[in-house]
Amino acid sequence: MIADLTETIVKILFIFSINVGFYAPILGWVERKQSALMQDRVGANRANIFNFKIIGLFHPIADAVKVLTKEDFIPEGADKFFHTLAPFLSLTPAIVTFAVIPFGGAYELWGHPVKLVIADLNVGMLFIFAFASLSTYGVVLGGWSSNNNWSLLGGLRASAQMLSYEVAMGLTLIGVFMVYGSLRLTDIGMIQENFFRWGIFMQPLGFVLFFTCAIAENKRAPFDQPEAESELVAGYFTEYSSMKFVMFWMGEFLEIVTISGIVTTLFFGAWHLPFVTDQMLVSFFAGAGPNGAALLAMLVNVVVFFAKVSFFIWLMMTIRWTLPRFRYDQVMRLGWKMLLPLALINIFITGIVLLV
Amino acid sequence: MQLLMFYLLGFGAVISALLLVTNKRPVAAAMSLITVMLCLAGLYVLLDAHLIAALQIIVYAGAIMVLFLFVIMLLNIEEKSGRLSNRKIALQFVGILVVGATLIAVAGLIKISPAQVTDGFGTTEAVGKMLFTDFLLPFEIASILLLAAIVGAVILAKRRIDD
Repeated sequence: MIADLTETIVKILFIFSINVGFYAPILGWVERKQSALMQDRVGANRANIFNFKIIGLFHPIADAVKVLTKEDFIPEGADKFFHTLAPFLSLTPAIVTFAVIPFGGAYELWGHPVKLVIADLNVGMLFIFAFASLSTYGVVLGGWSSNNNWSLLGGLRASAQMLSYEVAMGLTLIGVFMVYGSLRLTDIGMIQENFFRWGIFMQPLGFVLFFTCAIAENKRAPFDQPEAESELVAGYFTEYSSMKFVMFWMGEFLEIVTISGIVTTLFFGAWHLPFVTDQMLVSFFAGAGPNGAALLAMLVNVVVFFAKVSFFIWLMMTIRWTLPRFRYDQVMRLGWKMLLPLALINIFITGIVLLV
Repeated sequence: MQLLMFYLLGFGAVISALLLVTNKRPVAAAMSLITVMLCLAGLYVLLDAHLIAALQIIVYAGAIMVLFLFVIMLLNIEEKSGRLSNRKIALQFVGILVVGATLIAVAGLIKISPAQVTDGFGTTEAVGKMLFTDFLLPFEIASILLLAAIVGAVILAKRRIDD
């Protein structure tokens, strides 16, 4: 009982510190550097401590100090309650969804079985969906409560866009579930121990569709219509400042991390290296004793998982700074007239292949 | 622990339902309805029906209520002020009494025997098996109903475009 509780708390602290403590601040810096790279600039490099700059890595700290000391401003005529609630509704789902994503396999340490996932739910993927669909409210309410026409338009666009792409995303994942026969993400990870059963080989179309829908759900370019700074000032968070503004940003960055985690788990072998089974890893480290071997194997798996996650984060950043923004009708047409039929075809083909 | 969670979620659901009908601002009322949905999802989890809980959040709290909010924001519905006449309040009071008495009577008639849930109850597999064996006919009829609704919506929307 005590061991289980400690295990859960350690896992929660680990994921929380990796996501909120590492990825959220560092992605702000990565985004600046990546945009600078793509636009042939130098990017953030001025923040320094005693003239030490280390390629601008002090910028996240400077940003944190800045947002914490800025004035928190609520515009006149805004709905105070919902204006304050919206950033929380945006950030919380982004933090919570990582609970069901496995960041490593199952091990036995000192006779105690350890599974590297916070909540191993039977309905794992649906849990992510449920909370992802709730994150819409943060955006919609933020846009509505600001008493600003640009914000309202941003919120409206967000609600329509996220609803449209959720449908295509759900249908895409049905193909994945048909192949793996489970909604539990640890099961899906286990099956991908075999390199030739990685999702990308079994559901190549599914991967492309899912990744597109996920970027659209994340509201980043080329799908950043709710924000669209050239049309709507800054869209739904125009009237936000200080920490509340940053909470929207953190929510967006953590969604990137979560999406990368899901893509890794469903399509790219979760915590597995290609051609290396968990058993091979443990026997490779056999010299360190049973517990040491399990610990080292665990370490390798966690590093492999987060390396894959980081790769997909980089890919999403690159896409964001490569493609121009779609027009709003193009976004809708792509969602309903291209992705949705393709997702249905994907289910159909998967069904035929599974039957034959 | 379970009992505590039940009362917490139950009271949450009832209070947000009251807020839903008493609040004059449409957006606040819609948000209360979302809270009701979330509390119900929590109650489903307590009943071991995890799949239904997840679907409740995805379909009702996540999709249908977003559409509600979308419509409220798009039409920019303003809050309606005004008071009910005394006669109407009296009628409402009588209505509450009648409905309450009926509910209590019905609750007294239904005999609920405590049931033991089987292993794997409420999982995706169990619900899926049930839907495609014992409840296949209602399931198919429901899908035909939905199809009819979709076709109807398309026809209604198309007529307005043609005009």
